[in-house]
Amino acid sequence: MKVLVTAKRVIDPYVKVRVKSDGTGVETANIKMTINPFCEIAVEQAVRMKEAGIVTEIVVVSIGPLQCQETIRTAMAMGADRGILVETAEEVQPLAVAKVLKAIVEKEQPRLVIMGKQAIDDDSNQCGQMLAALLGWPQATHISNVTLNGDSAEITREIDGGLEKLTVKVPAVVTADLRLNEPRYVTLPNIMKAKKKPLENIKPDALGVDIKPRLKTLKVAEPASRSAGVKVADVAELVAKLKNEARVI
Amino acid sequence: MAILVIAEHDGKNLKPGTANTITAATKIGGDVTVLIAGQGCADAGATAAKVAGVSKVLVADAAHYAGALAENMAALVLSVAKNYSHIVAPATGFGKNFMPRVAALLDVQQISDISGVVSADTFVRPTYAGNVMATVQSSDAIKVITVRATAFDPAGDGGSAAVENLAAAADAGLSKFNGQELTKSARPELTAARIIVSGGRGMGSAENFKILEPLADKLGAAVGASRAAVDSGFVPNDYQVGQTGKIVAPELYVAVGISGAIQHLAGMKDSKVIVAINKDAEAPIFSVASYWIVDDLFKAVPAMVSELG
Ligand SMILES: Cc1cc2nc3c(=O)[nH]c(=O)nc-3n(C[C@H](O)[C@H](O)[C@H](O)COP(=O)(O)OP(=O)(O)OC[C@H]3O[C@@H](n4cnc5c(N)ncnc54)[C@H](O)[C@@H]3O)c2cc1C
Ligand SMILES: Cc1cc2nc3c(=O)[nH]c(=O)nc-3n(C[C@H](O)[C@H](O)[C@H](O)COP(=O)(O)OP(=O)(O)OC[C@H]3O[C@@H](n4cnc5c(N)ncnc54)[C@H](O)[C@@H]3O)c2cc1C
Repeated sequence: MKVLVTAKRVIDPYVKVRVKSDGTGVETANIKMTINPFCEIAVEQAVRMKEAGIVTEIVVVSIGPLQCQETIRTAMAMGADRGILVETAEEVQPLAVAKVLKAIVEKEQPRLVIMGKQAIDDDSNQCGQMLAALLGWPQATHISNVTLNGDSAEITREIDGGLEKLTVKVPAVVTADLRLNEPRYVTLPNIMKAKKKPLENIKPDALGVDIKPRLKTLKVAEPASRSAGVKVADVAELVAKLKNEARVI
Repeated sequence: MAILVIAEHDGKNLKPGTANTITAATKIGGDVTVLIAGQGCADAGATAAKVAGVSKVLVADAAHYAGALAENMAALVLSVAKNYSHIVAPATGFGKNFMPRVAALLDVQQISDISGVVSADTFVRPTYAGNVMATVQSSDAIKVITVRATAFDPAGDGGSAAVENLAAAADAGLSKFNGQELTKSARPELTAARIIVSGGRGMGSAENFKILEPLADKLGAAVGASRAAVDSGFVPNDYQVGQTGKIVAPELYVAVGISGAIQHLAGMKDSKVIVAINKDAEAPIFSVASYWIVDDLFKAVPAMVSELG
């Protein structure tokens, strides 16, 4: 069974993001980039399924500038077999991401698509659901467990009050939550091996997909900062302040 | 303009977040219709009719809406979508699941997690874990929007909307709902609580985490946690506050043994008053705290319980 996984290149989650002084976007020059942590979990899941003999081939897709090749190589070093870069310097919004992925799914015919539940930069949490909709496939978002059973998959999802169990027909799109697994560290020999794995480069035009943005970013700004707080000496002072100054208890 | 709000409910009452979403809808301006879908949900329809600002309630009651499966919810919303200029739902696990599906089927770019309404086509939304606020304008004919509940006040009572039944759409038959395992707690829900006491890795163990219980009891608070506390197995997943957990903004948030990583701050820094208890005088959580104590939490927490009397 073939699996498609997606890998988005994002600013490292531990970097403090700064808004450009002209308010048009965020500073990305000389900033550490990485694979989106949820995509890393998606790749790990695919690799574990391959190690368990359920999956035969893992194709990893990234959409974005040429540097996304590094993200694809990271996924390959983890165990993905083959990469596809859909290269564009344009902003690609979630609907466009889903349309590009749909074209790739139609070409590659995977039985399962594993994605991250959200990208930690734009925080949209949309792409997987949109792809499933465009394909007319079932979806399972925020999953913490998946077991394939022939033509269906047993799913555990994380929901606001606890967990939810689903059965979805396969083919399906699933999106990974944090507790699905703990991704492995990539080793040097595997990084070397990944360099030799096939990586195809295609342009959105060649897929016949319109990726024009529908949302125009008018401006970006830093949120209002909180007014400075005070250190209190002890619990007695704290409780007094909460009662008399903040009046919240 | 006509706005459709898709309500999250438990069959009787609206879940926290839906009343705030109705407020966001009234800010967009126009007639607000609330859609209640579920199995045995007539009571929730009656509840929604009483919310101020709602002019109509649609109730779709069918077995295949139990569990709000995304495929079936999307098909239902699609069956009425053309009547509306805006389709809006809370950006909770519920709304996040099916709204992008609705958007894709309408060929619309969804606007996720809005925290402000600038005009009928322009909205503010947090990105990068709330560190960057983007103002975005949509060129789509129908706007599909999810709403960050903490950014809007809940709509009050006082409405008397008409309630109509809506015919169910066909069961997509793509997925099956096999039930939920909900964490049982006598405490208020995190996203609805007025006060939250949260513990982090500093709590040390599941056993130690329990020292927060008497404090939460005294304050009538919900209990939350950092991801490190969840990952260490101190508490269940659904306690997690943060960028990839729950977004909360209570009147009082007490962070105990939490360092203040940006992903955690993303989920709580809009709280009105923040208290931090940490033994590290340099802990980043202090940068957002209204009041902080540098002390061992195992001393400070019990002391606070007795101080509260
Ligand atoms: C050149 C450029 C300029 C941009 N400018 C802006 C800007 O000005 N303002 C702004 O707000 N945003 C900007 N973006 C970000 C862009 O809008 C978002 O990446 C896009 O909206 C997708 O949202 P998301 O990643 O939050 O999707 P989500 O729905 O959160 O992503 C879910 C999952 O989809 C998959 N996925 C998403 N994107 C990709 C991808 N590219 N390749 C592979 N898998 C993917 C991943 O598995 C991910 O975990 C820019 C991006 C680029 C490349
Ligand atoms: C993609 C991604 C998503 C994430 N999403 C989230 C999220 O949604 N929510 C979230 O919380 N995190 C999230 N994280 C994790 C986040 O980066 C931090 O690792 C996490 O918040 C740390 O939790 P903590 O503060 O409890 O632990 P630590 O950072 O280990 O802090 C423990 C604190 O306890 C203090 N302490 C220890 N003992 C005592 C004592 N006896 N008395 C007083 N103080 C004491 C220490 O001084 C320290 O400040 C995410 C990370 C990534 C990469």
